[in-house]
Amino acid sequence: MNVLAQSVPEIPLGDWVDSGVTWIKANMSGLLDGISAVLEFLVDGLTSVLLWPPTLITIVLFALIAWLIYSWRFAVATLLGLLLIDSMQMWEPSMETLGLVLVAAVIAIAIAIPIGIWASRNPIVSTVVRPILDFMQTMPGFVYLVPVVIFFGIGVVPGVFATIIFALPPGVRLTELAIRGVDEETVEAGTAFGATPREILWGIQLPLGLPTIMAGVNQVIMLALSMAVIAGLVGGGGLGQEVVQSIARIDIGQGFEAGLAVVILAIYLDRITGAIGQPTGNGLWTKLRGRAGGSSDTPVDAPAEESEDRQPVATA
Amino acid sequence: MSHIEVKGLTKVFGNHPKQGVEMAREGMSKDQILAETGQVLAVNDVSFDVERGEMFIVMGLSGSGKSTVIRMLNRLIEPTDGTVDLDGERVSEMSMAHLRDVRAKKMSMVFQHFALFPHRTVGENAAYGLKIQGVDESERRDRAQAALDRVGLSGWFDRHPGEMSGGMKQRVGIARGLATDADILLMDEPFSALDPLIRRDMQDLLLELQGELSRTIVFITHDLNEAMRIGDRIVVMKDGAVVQIGTGEQIIHDPANQYVKDFVADVDRSRVLTAALAMHEPSATFHPDATPTEVMEHLDRSERNGAYVVDHDHRIVGVARDTEMATAISQQAPTIADHLINAYATASPNTLLDDLSAIAAQHTVSIAVIDDEGHLLGTVPRPALLRALAGEERFARQGGGGTTAATDASTTTREVPA
Repeated sequence: MNVLAQSVPEIPLGDWVDSGVTWIKANMSGLLDGISAVLEFLVDGLTSVLLWPPTLITIVLFALIAWLIYSWRFAVATLLGLLLIDSMQMWEPSMETLGLVLVAAVIAIAIAIPIGIWASRNPIVSTVVRPILDFMQTMPGFVYLVPVVIFFGIGVVPGVFATIIFALPPGVRLTELAIRGVDEETVEAGTAFGATPREILWGIQLPLGLPTIMAGVNQVIMLALSMAVIAGLVGGGGLGQEVVQSIARIDIGQGFEAGLAVVILAIYLDRITGAIGQPTGNGLWTKLRGRAGGSSDTPVDAPAEESEDRQPVATA
Repeated sequence: MSHIEVKGLTKVFGNHPKQGVEMAREGMSKDQILAETGQVLAVNDVSFDVERGEMFIVMGLSGSGKSTVIRMLNRLIEPTDGTVDLDGERVSEMSMAHLRDVRAKKMSMVFQHFALFPHRTVGENAAYGLKIQGVDESERRDRAQAALDRVGLSGWFDRHPGEMSGGMKQRVGIARGLATDADILLMDEPFSALDPLIRRDMQDLLLELQGELSRTIVFITHDLNEAMRIGDRIVVMKDGAVVQIGTGEQIIHDPANQYVKDFVADVDRSRVLTAALAMHEPSATFHPDATPTEVMEHLDRSERNGAYVVDHDHRIVGVARDTEMATAISQQAPTIADHLINAYATASPNTLLDDLSAIAAQHTVSIAVIDDEGHLLGTVPRPALLRALAGEERFARQGGGGTTAATDASTTTREVPA
């Protein structure tokens, strides 16, 4: 038994990671400070933009966006939901969280989509990237919250950084899937007419893969939101901080209110990003465009076409 | 120099394709190579020439390598071995930039499942090749519109492919292929995904377009009737190799081996075989100065009801029928010249048997096969027609050699007076 237990020597993996983190902290502080400054500027900037107009005006603007992209019913729901947040005194933390989520999601998407495209065209990249994504996605968030705090200290920046890492994988995966999933014959058609790989990517693969890519974007945003709450642990502010405080004070009411605000934000972001990828057809935007652009979006009666197509045969 | 020359084209899928090629050259079969090395010999040493303006059919069942062959012509699939020459230019050695230029300007392609771009309008789809070439917007629009007009989709420019039925989508696919004015149109089973009525319609459209534009078309199909109907020449493929190349008639008439024979067994022969094949030399013809008795004796002996009467140039003057001959004898007419009738049907040697069968039983005498100047070349009696359709080519071919008493005797008179 003893022999068996000792047959595998202990690998000091933990120590290596530890010293690696220390080394980065010691030798790359310039880079870390730079990242820190940029992220802080972005999040603070966006948050103050969101908080700058009177709350009611912002709420109406959000509802208008919902109407434009989704439907008037959802606009009404948005209005009620956001008013509820405001009445719970959760408006300011909610906007802080939204700022953090949007910055992290935009950065994550900006990194994820090119990597996804690269992986879709290069099997080696795909093979290398996959386990890294698994690692990023399944490693408990708290675990890399710690080194991130060592790099950036307490505050908004470690929250954003950890959120980017946690939210990025579905963006890569679904972009790769989207491009691989485009009908092969359609891509061949592009090649057969002399298109360059770049023309095929921009003209065929990305537009046709857009719904799947947008599903990835949607996933990135949802994961970012869930991680942003955890970021409250390291001083990320916003709703996360409210949740952490409520846990510390065992304040059930505050915890529930903060949680409800997260849910409302999540539903809003989910429907909006989902509708961009696959328009519902109920949005004001599609309706206006449909009216202006003529009949391009109106479906044509299928049986009528069929008979039109057969007519020459019948008369022959 | 042919328009497209394909020599020794070979494709092996796998990690060591060259090894597969060597084994194929040593004469090993597709299955042996797969079992020993795991390499898939998709196309094996295929050679053919396609002439300018020809409708060239590549035919085979699924897995015969036909789709791989067509994709090696424009290098959507890189050949493992062998060459493709286009007007003497070696496609297989072109740089990517040069190849793209050839694809854009000289060879366009039509796909089995249409491969339209659903996010673009019908017009933009048709104009795609021109856009890739960098043709400016207004010219693009004109040329795409002209191509759509040709395929009968004039009013559809600003619609989307999603609104169309399968047949219409493939019309757009063809318009996209035509719009670039490429010399060569590669068509990969373009009508296989369509239902039979629409398919026939599309074949007619293609034949009509080909009549106007005479592009060089390489057309893939697994449907022999389709191949026979539209093809000038057909190459039959099996297991990646060429089994036979020839016209439809040659392939039906003279199959290279049992495989082709089985393949053509259920083809609609009447749409492929022509009058020349089923034609006999007429049993006897008479000149207008023959006596009625003479003619009657022949008809009696050969158990026929009528015979062709020709002039000295062998042009048909009329038909001597038994009833009129009997009248002539009772009137003691010296010649048959005044007792001829005009009830007969003619056909050219190229007339399809399909068209003959409709008129075969309408007249007392067999159908007359005449050349462009009206000379009588032979006749097609109904039994010969039926035997040719039934697959007895040998009989039909030798039947032209002369008429024996035995053949005559077998010609039972079922003729209906006109």
